[in-house]
Amino acid sequence: MSMLHTVNKSPFENSTVTSCISMCAKDSSILFIEDAVISVMKSTKFTEMIESSLKDFKMYALKPDLEARGLSLNNVIEGVEIVGYEDFVDLTTEHDSVQSWL
Amino acid sequence: MKLGILINEGPYQHQASDTALQYVKAAIKKGHEIYRVFFYNDGVNNATRLATPPQDDRNITKEWSELAKNHNIDLVVCVAAAQRRGILDKGEAERNGKDSDNIEEGFRISGLGQLVEAGIQADRLITFGD
Amino acid sequence: MSEEGIVKKFMYVNRKSPYGTIYALESLEVVLITAAFDQDVSLTFTDDGVYQLMKDQKTDGIGMKNFSSTYSALGDYEIKKIFIDKESLEERGLSVSDLQELVWEDEDEDYAEKSSINLVSRAELSNIMSQQDIVMSF
Repeated sequence: MSMLHTVNKSPFENSTVTSCISMCAKDSSILFIEDAVISVMKSTKFTEMIESSLKDFKMYALKPDLEARGLSLNNVIEGVEIVGYEDFVDLTTEHDSVQSWL
Repeated sequence: MKLGILINEGPYQHQASDTALQYVKAAIKKGHEIYRVFFYNDGVNNATRLATPPQDDRNITKEWSELAKNHNIDLVVCVAAAQRRGILDKGEAERNGKDSDNIEEGFRISGLGQLVEAGIQADRLITFGD
Repeated sequence: MSEEGIVKKFMYVNRKSPYGTIYALESLEVVLITAAFDQDVSLTFTDDGVYQLMKDQKTDGIGMKNFSSTYSALGDYEIKKIFIDKESLEERGLSVSDLQELVWEDEDEDYAEKSSINLVSRAELSNIMSQQDIVMSF
């Protein structure tokens, strides 16, 4: 069964992003929302971890959260898809279940 | 699809309730049914009508209330979590000997079973919290 | 109390230490209600959530109610699937002997007490999680 994981914490704040990635099954997707959008930016100490995880999972980041934080869409790691709230809804219905990492 | 929503944080302190509002609006726009929005943990604080945010800020409680009214959404506040945090409807206030209630129109107080039922009946349950 | 006989797989993922926040306690309350609806309930303890199961919790000094004994009652609610992330224990210098024993009684075997605890790797956990209908993380 395919699963959508959502994460909302900055990887600089705690280990939620790392835990989520380490416990994601292979055909899962991860959606970064709220402060977690920081995870998908280029040139941070987490960039490499995200880039290598892109081989195993599809990754998405919520555009309104990137924009609200002044994060340039051009600096989002290649391969991470930038999505809106309606896409968020589609992601939840296209996967069999949803886990919000709180 | 039938969607169940769980909100575990109060308004303003965390973005959770704002994100949930945006998600629910998008889901309605896409033609999905919101089976229920359940408020748990500090999420019960979304239900107080006594909150008075500054005029230039959003009023999250009012937004939920209006959304519920316009789209006939069931907003349920967990009774045990609400009692701990002083969120009361008229009946609960009377039962507990309190001098007033504070629940916003459109919200109702009920048991945790309503959350489990939403999990069982809805096609997906999506949690928003911290 | 089942809903027209629908049984779904509910997993509760506990990732936070007890007492610092209310999540552990209020998660437990949802777990017990879910069991009352005759659903297929399992619990995962990972990250700091493994501290919820520590033996010898004494809360007198912080003025809060010690709810750790509730975990040992889970077996009475037919909750027999407790998954503990082995790596989270190891990272924290803990072993399963630091945790409470959680058991259930098998009525088919003359009420023999059986352990509810399954020590699992993150790879196994990811597999188990992906088979759930509902996952709630507290």
